[in-house]
Amino acid sequence: MFEVHHSDHSGWAVLTVVGDLDVASAPSLRAAIVDRLPEVDGRMVLDLSGVHFIDSMGLGALVGGLKRARALGGDLRLSAPAEPVTRILELTRLDRALVVADGIDDAVTEDPPP
Amino acid sequence: MTEAVELAIPPSHEYLDLARMVVTTAAALDPMFPDGRVSDLRLAVSEACTNAIDAQQRLDRDESVVVRCSLAEDRVSVEIEDHGGGFTIDAVPSLPEIDDPDRMRHEHGLGVELIRSVADEVVFEEVDGGTIVRLVVFR
Repeated sequence: MFEVHHSDHSGWAVLTVVGDLDVASAPSLRAAIVDRLPEVDGRMVLDLSGVHFIDSMGLGALVGGLKRARALGGDLRLSAPAEPVTRILELTRLDRALVVADGIDDAVTEDPPP
Repeated sequence: MTEAVELAIPPSHEYLDLARMVVTTAAALDPMFPDGRVSDLRLAVSEACTNAIDAQQRLDRDESVVVRCSLAEDRVSVEIEDHGGGFTIDAVPSLPEIDDPDRMRHEHGLGVELIRSVADEVVFEEVDGGTIVRLVVFR
């Protein structure tokens, strides 16, 4: 089952994602990101601690969210991805484009990538 | 000894989880198969099945997508066969490097790259009216 839960932390929107992030669920995450980003001036953290599988469409949702967040003057950051997700971020080198933090506190305080 | 499992799924994304589950459960029958390699297998099969389903949906083909999984001592081999009209791997464009600003314009197109990154062997074969993707993940 795929779920997205909403909360806030230090002025950032937090979307806690649970389940597989794949071609079937990625549109739901995209919609949740698009709906929430304008309300927080583009500042968003995706808590991925509950995601143990991500495919290319899931990665596309992250890239799309990052693009939209930065267009609003903010950033989209990742918190606590599980090892299978981390591996894919490293393989595709998206870990160089996104802030990937161990937790939400770190995610909202880290400097963006150069 | 080689053991084999075959699964036929309707060409719909809702069956991807089933395909992933069957293949990874089969691989995990070998207690020596590392978890990381099972994860790689799951991703490769999922991406190949997604491409197969997408190809058939574009042509409105309702034949099953067939997944054949063979287990050997040191590897898992999987074939994914579709009726999606064929696929030319050379026609797949490569993406800009991650530090190229143009990369952020691409929210799609990573599937083949991911399959090649996580599977040890990959062959894309165009067959009559479709494609067979053959991939191997070593233990």
